[in-house]
Amino acid sequence: MSTVPASPAFDESALVVRARAGDTAAFSELVEHYDRRVFRMAKQITQNDDDAEDVLQETFLKAYTHLSDFQGNSKFSTWLVRIAVNESLMRLRKRKTSKTVSMDEDVQTEEGSIPRDFAEWRPNPEQLYGQSELADILRKTIQGLPPGFRTVFTLRDIENLSTEETAEALGLSVPAVKSRLLRARLQLRERLSRYFRQKKEA
Amino acid sequence: MTCTDFLSKLTDYFDGQIPADLLVEVEEHLCGCHHCEVVLDTTRQTIAIYRDRDIYEFSPGMRERLHTAIMAKCTPKV
Repeated sequence: MSTVPASPAFDESALVVRARAGDTAAFSELVEHYDRRVFRMAKQITQNDDDAEDVLQETFLKAYTHLSDFQGNSKFSTWLVRIAVNESLMRLRKRKTSKTVSMDEDVQTEEGSIPRDFAEWRPNPEQLYGQSELADILRKTIQGLPPGFRTVFTLRDIENLSTEETAEALGLSVPAVKSRLLRARLQLRERLSRYFRQKKEA
Repeated sequence: MTCTDFLSKLTDYFDGQIPADLLVEVEEHLCGCHHCEVVLDTTRQTIAIYRDRDIYEFSPGMRERLHTAIMAKCTPKV
């Protein structure tokens, strides 16, 4: 007798096996599971709605076409993230005409990497701003970050990739990822502090 | 340990990758340096605030449209 689970758990590897065998319904479930994550990451890196939509579509189409190449040595999600990163960077490069966006060159700017604002964030940002206002501040702030920093921050801190996975996805060395991550975090902190810093008593 | 030394260890500190003997020095510095304590706390908040929320709209309508477009191009393999 077969048992039907009350709420079927998401079984990534089983879905990948089925999708690889040509089961489009299984692939559709994978899309459903990861589309939000891919979109968010693409938007974060490209900072452009049209690009993020294109990246989302292209990422899943490439994944579908190359499913047979996916060996299962890494997680499907890691593989998918890598495709999405490449697609995002490609679009970012296409859009940038004057400023070069290079992942293999060191990002020169030091601006904001040395902390200058030492005010505490009190009350905390959630108490200070409403949800939509807060989201607005966060969008504006990350948009101002150099793309090379933004990408590392996105993969490491938002998507939770390891330093090694981030390095591999971006074709960077581990020390380069670490150095960019530090500067990205410090620059974001410095910029957010303008909004969140404790107000001095009058 | 100077503030610059501390900053250079910040990422390893978050990742829990600082060797025990050095960790003592880091903690000692933090106890005596309010600025670095604030930088540590606000950097931690910076990471958390981005990690914990979706700041980009991904509406059900857009999601469905994209999903349909993707699946239309995924033809069953023979």
